[in-house]
Parts: sequence; structure tokens; C-alpha cells
Amino acid sequence: MAAHGCSYSALLLIICSVSVFIVADSQDTSLSGGHHAAAVEDNPQAATEAAGKTSEQPAVEERSWEATEVEEATLHEAAADKQDTPAPETEAPSPVPQPKDDFQEELVIRPLHSGDIYASFQFRTLWETDFMSGNKVSHYRLFPKSLGQVISKFSVRELHISFTQGYWRTMQWGQPFQPAPPGAELWVWFQDSVTDVDGTWKELTNVLSGIFCASLNFIDSTNTVQPSASFKPLGIGNVTDHRFLRYATLPREIVCTENLTPWKKLLPCGSKAGLTVLLKSEKLFHSSFHSQAVHIRPVCQDWQCKTTSWELRQTLNVVFDLHTSGQGKREWSLFKMFSRTLTEACPLASSSKIYIDITDDPQGELFELSPATPLLSQAMVLGDRRTFSVYDLTQPVTFGTVRSLNPLIRWKSSEGDMLRPLLHAERYVAGYGLQTGEIHTLMYNNHPYRSFPVLLLDTVPWYLRLYIHTLTVTSKGKDNTPSYIHYQPSKDRLRPHLLEMLVQLPPNSVTEVTVQFERALLKWTEYTPDPNHGFYVGSSVISSLVPSIVAMDTNITMDRPLFSSFFPCKEESSFFVRVYTEPLLVNLPTPDFSMPYNVICLTCTVVAVGYGSLYNLLTRSFQIDEPSPGLAKRLANIIRRMRGVPPL
Amino acid sequence: MGLLSDPNRRRALISLLTRLNAPICVVCYMAGVAWFMGLAFEPFTLRTYMSENAMGSTMVEERFPAGERALTTGREFAAHKKKAGGMPVDWLVKTMQSHGLEVFTQRFSRTLPFPDENKERYMVKGTNVYGILRAPRASRTEALVLSAPCTPGDNNNQAVGLLLGLAQYFRSQVFWAKDIIFLVNEHDLIGMQAWLEGYHHTNTTGMDWSPLQGRGGSIQAALSLELSSDVITSLDLVLEGLNGQLPNLDLVNLFYAFCQKIGVLCTTQGKLQRNDWDSVSGYSHAVQTMMLMVMKQASGRSWGDHGLFLRYHIEAATIKGINSFRPYKTDITTIGRLMEGMYRKLNNLLERLHQSYFFYLMPSLSHFVSIGYYMPAFGLLAVILLLRALDLWVQLTAPPPRTEDGVVDPEQMSSPGVLSVLTPLVISHLTGVALYTLPIRFQEMAVEHFPVSETEAVVLTAIAVYTAGLALPHNTNRLLSGGGTEQGWKVLKLVAVLYLAVLLGCTALINFSLGFILAITLVPVAAFVTPHVPKFLSAFVMIILSPACTLLFSVFFFQELQEMPISFLDGWMLYLSVISQGILDHCLYGSLVYPLIALLVYPCWLIFWNILFWK
Repeated sequence: MAAHGCSYSALLLIICSVSVFIVADSQDTSLSGGHHAAAVEDNPQAATEAAGKTSEQPAVEERSWEATEVEEATLHEAAADKQDTPAPETEAPSPVPQPKDDFQEELVIRPLHSGDIYASFQFRTLWETDFMSGNKVSHYRLFPKSLGQVISKFSVRELHISFTQGYWRTMQWGQPFQPAPPGAELWVWFQDSVTDVDGTWKELTNVLSGIFCASLNFIDSTNTVQPSASFKPLGIGNVTDHRFLRYATLPREIVCTENLTPWKKLLPCGSKAGLTVLLKSEKLFHSSFHSQAVHIRPVCQDWQCKTTSWELRQTLNVVFDLHTSGQGKREWSLFKMFSRTLTEACPLASSSKIYIDITDDPQGELFELSPATPLLSQAMVLGDRRTFSVYDLTQPVTFGTVRSLNPLIRWKSSEGDMLRPLLHAERYVAGYGLQTGEIHTLMYNNHPYRSFPVLLLDTVPWYLRLYIHTLTVTSKGKDNTPSYIHYQPSKDRLRPHLLEMLVQLPPNSVTEVTVQFERALLKWTEYTPDPNHGFYVGSSVISSLVPSIVAMDTNITMDRPLFSSFFPCKEESSFFVRVYTEPLLVNLPTPDFSMPYNVICLTCTVVAVGYGSLYNLLTRSFQIDEPSPGLAKRLANIIRRMRGVPPL
Repeated sequence: MGLLSDPNRRRALISLLTRLNAPICVVCYMAGVAWFMGLAFEPFTLRTYMSENAMGSTMVEERFPAGERALTTGREFAAHKKKAGGMPVDWLVKTMQSHGLEVFTQRFSRTLPFPDENKERYMVKGTNVYGILRAPRASRTEALVLSAPCTPGDNNNQAVGLLLGLAQYFRSQVFWAKDIIFLVNEHDLIGMQAWLEGYHHTNTTGMDWSPLQGRGGSIQAALSLELSSDVITSLDLVLEGLNGQLPNLDLVNLFYAFCQKIGVLCTTQGKLQRNDWDSVSGYSHAVQTMMLMVMKQASGRSWGDHGLFLRYHIEAATIKGINSFRPYKTDITTIGRLMEGMYRKLNNLLERLHQSYFFYLMPSLSHFVSIGYYMPAFGLLAVILLLRALDLWVQLTAPPPRTEDGVVDPEQMSSPGVLSVLTPLVISHLTGVALYTLPIRFQEMAVEHFPVSETEAVVLTAIAVYTAGLALPHNTNRLLSGGGTEQGWKVLKLVAVLYLAVLLGCTALINFSLGFILAITLVPVAAFVTPHVPKFLSAFVMIILSPACTLLFSVFFFQELQEMPISFLDGWMLYLSVISQGILDHCLYGSLVYPLIALLVYPCWLIFWNILFWK
């Protein structure tokens, strides 16, 4: 069974990484003619020149300098309309050729059926360098130095961190581009050269806590697990020994401006130019869902994949709510979402684009988009073929005569039904009372005819004592035996329960996983300051290869030649999805930390003392003690006993 | 303790207690009743105050602009209800969806153990509709519930209208930190029970329901709304839940604070609060209010849809709009503002409501009696039982009195066999089991043989078993041991008195009102009954003070308190329906009063009955 699990997870790893590449690449390469990276290449180069001269200065000053340079560049651009002079490469100060780095930014906007709107920012920095090869990397250009130092100091191979406020409503919004659980999530693959993984992990979380102004320092052994199959490396590399993986979530973490600011500071343009000007916290936090993430991983430099480069992806996903935005009109514009419009691309970016998902509206009858853009792009996203309108911000023509870009989506009708997401999940605590309970995890497979396997990862804190013998997995009223179960029992105050299993979800079914638990009584110092709020149990993670929607399409013969469509195409046949359930809030038996509590304690003490003496009285028999006889009498008695006469 | 460890002084104390036993008991009884009556006297009570900091004063103004629209929605709902002949599920789903909620439905069905004649239902089938307002940027961990029952006829349409209006208004606000669930439940408590069981995935009463599709995490508080007129004169707050559970006092305080702030007349038990506490009528008004609460709590049934939430540790109350003949009216916009204010405060909660009291009585909405104040009243009654037990113990352990010729009566010396004590205990409990099981088990047979309906059959069987029990135990004892000894009844009474003390003590801890009412009637019985008192008079007194008669008097007393006195015949009919409702409450919602009376209190009373007829 273990071998099966391993081979499966390896497969999962490959396909998941492939699918990510497909998404990334297809978005890049499928552009018909809109790739104008070369035209803007010079702008970042200009910045490098000066950056090289001042590279010895501390990081903070460098950053502020960059910022001003950006402004200069902006002015320059505004004045001269377009810089055509390529920066001379030979002027680079370092004798060895400068490692190449590259920055791209993009924004995807997807109108949702509910009338809400989903905006997803992605900022990607690629850097052809090697943090691990001994020689210290000290010269940073686009890649943030703070993260680079983290990578080299802690021998990090891959780092994924996300901060999320709110819960992604899969049933209303479909699948997100980057799923993330509510609160903070951190998972890290270390290099296999690391000997003390736990110690490094502890240090790393504390450092990241400082970098992102978040309470990541609360990650300790009681909420860290090593999933055996659910989290495979997304970058290249062949080590899949989960000893080097650490995964932790903090479901209670609240995300706010203080986390956004350090996140924005990692971007080459800061919040000064390009798409980042939209990231104003007063609007971002006036939304239904907010998630920001940082992903670092090694990727191939080219198709031969001889050398690796580091990829830093910063993503920010936000969903704006139609109803709370006032007015009640079903229309969205950049200004309405972010209270800003765009006037330029980030000068350091090699590509800067806005994609607007118009798949649901091919004929323009559902909503209209203005200004219209001639650029269209098709991409396979999450198993579905989507069509996007593209605005290329590096083209001055995009901004038109008013020199600002404010795409507007106006709904014409509110009809149209969303395709139900093929996989979604929910979780809740059943039962009442403060002694026991039951965790129910429901996984829905909405595919009409195909079953697929999912990997379920459950991390439950030790203070919920799982009765693992009560674990049941049922679908359609029948037992559904998982083909792989990895269970690590908890240790009180040391580590959480870890339950991973591979379950096959039958088509069009609900699979229910239940497990009973007992609520532990904590020591009185272990309660949080607000014990009656309850204790959080992090989201379960469901990772799966879901059959793609395109493959599900029965009308495949519609627009394709017949010979192409008999066998379903392999890379379209399934796609990787990760679904997070909602976290749980569980009440534990809590003493009443208040005056009455003290009174009860005191009274109990008094009663105990009283009871003790009363019990003493009841059980002891009282007799009048004879005074001890004198010496003469005792002697006399001895003599009488010898004589056989009764004593005196 | 020195007093007790010294044998001489101990003997003196014990002899004092045995000699003065009867007067001390009488004094304790009087003091207990007097203490209880004193609880309603305003200077002895505490003013309510908000304990929860998160719900303290704010500078925010309550807003609800859409009162008229809510009324229109209510009328629309009424029309659709009439058209659908029940819950207009489709219309509700569509309306809630158009307000931007996530809408789900739940179907449920339940066959009652016997027909409910009050509400005329036997096979119940229904649908609950609920919409969840997802709080922005919240992770589905906490929720609040606002419910309105969909009742047949013209009732409660305004409540549903207001609920939908509030849903629409709440949806456009950004400050929600907890999901808000708007629930319209059919068949009042049965629907609510189905929904709660579905939400928490438990099944305590064997109801059929379809599983819920959407949840909002752990529910922190709930309000149930009942509103049957466009304008109201006052709002009544109903607190008593299943098994006498009460919501946290802070919920009451919250309601009271908002009524004061907005200027709505508010009542509890339908009684306005008066300011003339120093006058006799003012005092008796407070006593009436408190007694109504005690009676309702003692009944152990849920007096509103909120009552079932309390089992799940969800603080809940029902708010009822009352339209009387008073001239000053409050419109629905104001009620909407009040609800909005309350929900905003509940939304601010960081923890579950836990700061204030869970055990209290309310002589008026602004005053309360906490557990520390009312428990002594019960304690004084319970002490009587302990004193009697002490007296019996002393009598049993004391050396038998020597007759004049110095010969010890051999019959009195022999300690009674275990059998003579155990037999009445077992038999009376078997009678209790019969009282608990037979009425429902034998309803069909009774219907076949007698010209009665099922409900009547159940009630009459219960009464018959109860009465038959009176004839049983004292005869069996005679059969087994051929006449009891003097020692025998004393041991039996000692056991019975201690049993009753424990029973009442436990009951009073869970449901003070029930414990106190039972103590008031059962303690005198337990105290005075011996085989040597005049038989017929005592038997009459005992029957008068038996649990069944207590219930009968309570029915009349309750009507009297509500200022709706009824004739004896009506009272008797009401009494029968109260019994059937009690049994139904047990079967449908898990109320514990019926099993408590049948399985424990009644057998205990039977033991005393047995002692009276000890031969």
C-alpha cells in the first residue's frame, strides 16, 4: 500500500508541477502577437546601471533610491513618451556577466456570476542565480534582498506563504487561481543538506514573522506537520523525502494593512508604479476575500533545464462584493474596485498586462467591456479553456488619449448559471456538549460520470483527542475504504494529529469522512486570553487531479475536426486542484475565570475541610480512656496472671 | 467541630435537635417560603447591568430604513403562503437569493407518537428555508441566527417580512464579522428541532431530516421573532427554554438596553414593569411576574422557538410583538432598528456570552434574582429533610426503650430485613416505569376498547396508572413479610427522606423552579408522614400534595396569574392537555420533566404513601 502511495504521490507531483507550468506558460505563449517584452527591456536595464554603483549601501537606502529612480523613470517616460535607447550592456561594472533577472506583472480580472468580481495580481521575479553554491550572493537587483538572504541562510528549496482574510466561496466563485486557507499558511521544503530541520524551521518562522509583520512565530511543534503526500515540491528537484518538508497553518491569523505593506515592499516598483498603484489598503480590505502570498521555488532556466533560476511569485487575490459596494448597479471598473486608475506599467517590468476573463460572454450579450481591446488570449486555466481580453500596459496606446486606463465591465443581464465546481468540500463539528464531538468532512464530486482520487490532509490540534477507531469514510451510503492512510497520533503539548488519506470519490457523490473526538481539559495556563471564543482547528486540505471541464464537454465535435477528438487529449484531461475547507471553531471545557470561579474554589476548600472533620467524627468511635494504672497495680496484675486469678 | 467531638456536648446538641425537630422544621418551612416571596421585593433584588464589555455602549446609531418595504414583503409572503397552502418555499428561496444570500432548504418529517390536539398535527412534513449572509473576510467560524416561524393562518407574516427586510439591509453593510443565518422554520418547534439537529448533525429524537448544505460555523446567539401586526404596543421577551434552561442574562440586558434607548415598551411574561415597588399592588405585580417565570420554567417546555437552541449552548430568546389597546404604537421601522442594534452588538462579541448569569429569576425586566439569592429558599426546605433524617437516624440507633419490667421488646430489637425496605422501593419504581412506558405503548389498545381519541387515551392511561399505583405498594409489603415492624418503616422512611433530598437537590440545581415547586409540596409530606397519623385525613392531604395534584393546582394558578381565570371544567380539560403536551415535549424535543416525574418523583412519593399504610 505504501508503494502505491509513493508512486501515486510522485505522479501527483509531476502532474501538479506540469499543470502549473501549463497555466503559466500558456498564458504567456498563447498570446497572438502581444508579446512586446523586448521593447521595454531597456528600462530595467537603465535601473541596473545605477543600482550597480550603489550596491554597497544598506538595503533600506537602496530601496528608497530605487523608488526615486522609478519616479524619475516615470517622468522621463512621460516626457519622452518612449525610451528607445537600449542601455549599453558593456557598462555593467562587474567583471563577470551580471546574472539575468526579469520581472513581470499581471492582473487577471474575472467577473463572477454572483455579480462580484475577482481580481488576481501576480508579480513574478526570475533570477538566474544560485544561492546554494557557496559564494555569497550580495548583489541584488530586482529580487528582494531580505528573501534572498532567507533562502541562503536557511537552505530553503521552496517556500510558500500565504495570508488570507476570508474564505473562498467555491460554490459561488468557482476555483481560485491560487487557493489559500483562511489565516496564514506556510510550507517550506528545505535542501537535503539541512541537518537540523526542526531548528531551522523554528528560526525561519521567526525571521519570516519579522519580514511579514505576522504572528508566524506562533508556529511551533504543536501545529507543524510533515505531510507525506499532500504537499509536493512545485519547483524542480528530485527530493521528495518529506523529512525536509514542514507545513503549518495559523487559522486565527488576521491579515491587515500591516501585512500588506511589507509584502508590497518586496516588489521592485514598490507601490509607486505599475499595477501596484492599485493596491491601496482602504479598498483591498473593503472586500469579501483577500489573500496575499509569496511563492519561492527553483525553476528551469530554459528548455534544456541545465541550470536553475529562482522564481519569486507574489500573488494577491481579492474579491469585491457587489452588494456592499453600494449603488446596486452591476458594473465594475478599476476605479470602482481600487479607487485608482492605471497610467503606466512598472518601468522595471518586462511585461505588464491586464487580463479580463470574457469566456462567459463570447458574444458580448452578458456584459460589455470598455474600452475594447483588440488583443485576445486563450489559456487553459483550471481545466477550462478561458478567453481573456488583454490590455498591454507597456503599449502607450493602451492608455488612449486620456492617458489612463480604467476598464469598465457593465452587466447587461444578470442571467447565466455558473458551472458547479467539480470538487468542493466543507467541514463542520457535530454534536453538542463539551465532552465529545465529531468532525465531519464532506467532499463533493460533481462530475457527472468520472470518479477521481483525492488526498485529504487533516491536521487537528492535540487538545481534540481523535478517536481514530471511529474514522469512517462513506460515499453514497456505502463504506469507501481509503487506499492509503497515513496517521500520526498526537502527543499532548508536543505535536498535532496528522491524518492523510487517499480516497476515491465516486462520480456525482458526496463523500463524508467522520471522526469522533474528545475535548481535553487544558491546564489553566494553557487557555488563551479569550477561552470562551473557542479554539481553532485549521482547514483540511484536499489535493486532487480533477478531470478537466474541457474533457467533460460532450460537444467536442463542435468546432474541431472529427479526427482530433476521439481520444481525449492527455494534458487537458485533468488538472490539479487544491481545496481548503473552512477552519473549525471548537469550544473546550473552560473554567469560569472570574470571581464566582474563585468563590467556588474557596467554598470547595471549606467544604472539603468540613467534610474531612465530619467524616472523621462519623467513622471514629469514641471511648473513655482508662487512666494508666500505677506501677504497684501493674505488678500485682502480673502476679495475679501467673496465679491464674483475674486481674484487678 | 469541637462541639461535635465532645461526646457530651454532641449528645446535648442531638437531643436538642430531636426534641425541637418539629418546631425547627416548621420554622424552616416558613422561612423558606418567606425567603422566596421576598425575592420579588425590589430592594432585595439587583438591577440588571451589562457585564459583557464587547456589548457596552457605542456611539453608533441604529439604522433600518426599510420598514414599509418589510411590511409589503410580509404581505407578499402572506399571499404566497395562502397560495401554497403552507410554506412558500420557492418564493422564499427566490427572494432571499435576490437579496444576495446563500439559500438552502431542509426537508423534514416526523410522525408524532400520538396526535397533538392543541396544534392539530400528527404526521408532520415540512421545509425549512434559510439564507446565510456571509460576512466579508470572515472564515465561516461563527454565526448568528435570526429566525421567524412560518405559522399557518395570518400569524407572523410581519415577522417574516421584517426578517427579509433586515436580511436585505444587513447584506449591504460591511461590518459583519459573523455570518448571519436568516431562518424561516415551518411547524414551529418541530421545524426548529429538525434544523438544529441537522446543523449539529445529532439525532436525539428520531426525526427524519435531510442534511444541511450550508453552515456558518459555531452559532453564537440566536433571536426568534414573532410579529403578527403592522404596529405594536410593546415587545415581550420570552426566555424560558427546554428543561428550564435560560439564556445568558446579558442577552436580556441587551434587549432591555435597546428598548430603553429606542423607547419601545418592553415586557417580560407579558407584564409591564411598575415603579411603585413600595406599594402592595406593586409588590404583588412583581410577585406575579416572578411566579409566572417560575411556573413557565418549572414546566420544562420551550416557550418559544428559541428554547431548543439552549441545548446547544447557543444563547437565544424570542421577541414577541404585542398589539394591545394602548394608544401609543411602535411601527415596524423602529423594531427593525432595535433588531439591527442588537445584531450589531452581538456581532461585536469576541467570545460567547458568558460574563453574566445563566441562573436567575426576573421579577421585572430591569431587576433579577441570581442563583446566590434564590438558592437559600430551597436550601431551607431541603434542610427539613435532613433534620428529619437525623431524627430518624437517632431514633434508630438509640438503645430501645426498656419497658417497666426491664425486658427488652424482642420484636423491636430485630433489625428489619433488607427485603422489607427493598420491596417497596422496587415496586414503587416499577410503577414509575409503568407510568412512563404504558401510556404511549397502550394507546392503540385503549382506543380499541374505549370510545376515546388517541390523545385522550394516552392521558387517561397515564392517570389510570397513576391512580392504580396508589393501591399497589402497601399491599405488596404485607404479602411479602406479613406485616411491617416499627423499625421497618423508620428505615424505609430514612431512605425515602434522603432519596427525596438528593432528588430535589439535583433537580433544583438544574431547574430551580421545578425543584422548588416540588419541594414546597413534597417536603411537608415527607416530614409528617408516619403510620401512626390519622389515616384518612393524612391520605387526603397526601393526595392533595401529590405531584399530579400539584400540576392541577399549577394549571389553575397559572391561569390566575395570567389574569385569565377559568372554570373547573375548562381547567380539567386544560389539565389533560397539559399532560399530553408534557409527554409530547418529552418525545419530540427531549424535555426531561415527564421522565423525572414518572421515574423518580412519583415513586418517591409512593414510598411515603406506603409508609402511611404501613401495617
